[in-house]
Amino acid sequence: MEFETVIGLEVHAQMLTDTKIFCNCSTKFGGTPNSHACPVCLGMPGVLPVLNKKVVEYGMKMALATNCTINPSNSFARKNYFYPDLPKGYQISQFAYPLAEHGYILLEINGEQKKIGITRIHMEEDAGKLMHDENNPVSYVDLNRTGVPLIEIVSEPDMRSPEEAADYLKRLHEILVYLEICDGNMEEGSFRCDANVSIRPKGQKEFGTRAELKNMNSFRNVQRALEYEVKRQQYLVENGQKIVQETRLWDDAQGVTNPMRSKEEAHDYRYFPDPDLVPVMVDETWIARIREELPELPLVKRERFVKDYQIPAYDAGVLTADKALALYYEDVVKLCGKPKQVSNWVMGDVLRFLNEEKRDIRQCPISAKSLADMITLIEEGAISGKMAKDVIDDMYKTGKPPQDIIKEKGLVQITDEGELIKTISAIIEASPNQLKDYRGGKEKLFGFFVGQVMKATQGKANPQLVNDLLKKMLAG
Amino acid sequence: MEGILKLTTQNVEYVAKLARLEVTNQEKEKFTAQLNDILLYIDKLNELDTTGVAPMSHAIAVTNAFREDKVAESLGTQRALANAPDARGEFFRVPKVID
Repeated sequence: MEFETVIGLEVHAQMLTDTKIFCNCSTKFGGTPNSHACPVCLGMPGVLPVLNKKVVEYGMKMALATNCTINPSNSFARKNYFYPDLPKGYQISQFAYPLAEHGYILLEINGEQKKIGITRIHMEEDAGKLMHDENNPVSYVDLNRTGVPLIEIVSEPDMRSPEEAADYLKRLHEILVYLEICDGNMEEGSFRCDANVSIRPKGQKEFGTRAELKNMNSFRNVQRALEYEVKRQQYLVENGQKIVQETRLWDDAQGVTNPMRSKEEAHDYRYFPDPDLVPVMVDETWIARIREELPELPLVKRERFVKDYQIPAYDAGVLTADKALALYYEDVVKLCGKPKQVSNWVMGDVLRFLNEEKRDIRQCPISAKSLADMITLIEEGAISGKMAKDVIDDMYKTGKPPQDIIKEKGLVQITDEGELIKTISAIIEASPNQLKDYRGGKEKLFGFFVGQVMKATQGKANPQLVNDLLKKMLAG
Repeated sequence: MEGILKLTTQNVEYVAKLARLEVTNQEKEKFTAQLNDILLYIDKLNELDTTGVAPMSHAIAVTNAFREDKVAESLGTQRALANAPDARGEFFRVPKVID
């Protein structure tokens, strides 16, 4: 039987604010346990949570960037359950009236665009962190993360393969980082993903029973977990067994998903409006102001790069994957033109250096000006492309401008015709056999002469000039 | 009475369990009766025609109460833990829970 996979994703993104969503405690990661907590975080009686305006505006940015409709009136609700990472006994979230709904983002799949629907985006608070004692029946609670602002982005079940799901996640991640509303750090949990996955016989309209997957902390793991889960469900169906609706945890080391030990009773959160938090009213003026603050988004930038710089879509994709990298690229092009050459140097050498040291472009020792100067020097014939390979290596190591490195290394290209003619004459004289063969029709030997000239000049000869002169002189 | 939501002792047991409350059989009977009285009273509202009236979630007409994103001092670990029934080092300590 042929199956179709159906995937929907829920992403929790931590908002890049200085303070928590409902109080003035710091959101900084990694502080002394329980040092970023106040009576609001601790759920003390009589406290009043007050909404951080920036969280609303950040959420609005994401809503607009993902083509959602912002609800003119949205409000908070209490989601009731008992767990030690949640001191109040409820999480403040949005339920019936979320911030935004009915959006979509576009994916590029085999050169075609596919729409993935966004069901809703809502604001909520994060819970604390639990650590379990290995030897004793106790757990330890750190409430620094309690009340850290999150937005939850829920997709429609529109993805049809684990690759599509991974692609959607990457695009979503990219948008959040471009908007500068989330740092996107998956290891520290600033960007988390749960996945709903089911399979159904191809052609069937109704969805199959789904499993919810948790505990995947990288794009790769999301894809691996989904691939495993699809296989598991297919095996069950093919062997006449039933798929159970449940939550399953991804085990990275074993490469499998296991059912989560379920809590005793079924969840019944008894949501109700939080009386402490008044409704958020968003008017058109506010939306217009936020829309004006939106930066150019990745997809638009990509298309502009292809159009304006005439570079391949692949190059545009690599260069715009990181907003800072795109900015660097444009700075270089502004200074020296030659967009394709710049792209080659940035994607080839600069990114390779950075990747080797796991740095990002903001930490790149080669300034945009230096790279532009180097490319100009090649264009002017002052150095050859081959020499530039050594120069850029030193530029990265030392952070010096190319002119200094060229001077220090004595790398100036020989463009003096008279000097080169002398060198070439000597070489021709010393290679009578090769000359005879070349003139007899063995044109491949041209390369031999080029090599000899380069050797004699330690690679400093201007290659174009060498070619021209050799052609003339070998012809006799 | 016709049309009125009627609570059973099972409903009371379920809600008590969700709220982690222990109730005796006697209390269960008592609360069931009391809650049904309340529902009966509230049911009076159903006599009004509310077609076209948006549901009300808050008793006051205030909207958009915001706070600026400025860090203020927290309690500090020691004071945060001061009222805890059990703590160790910099942490609250609770009976083991595993998801």
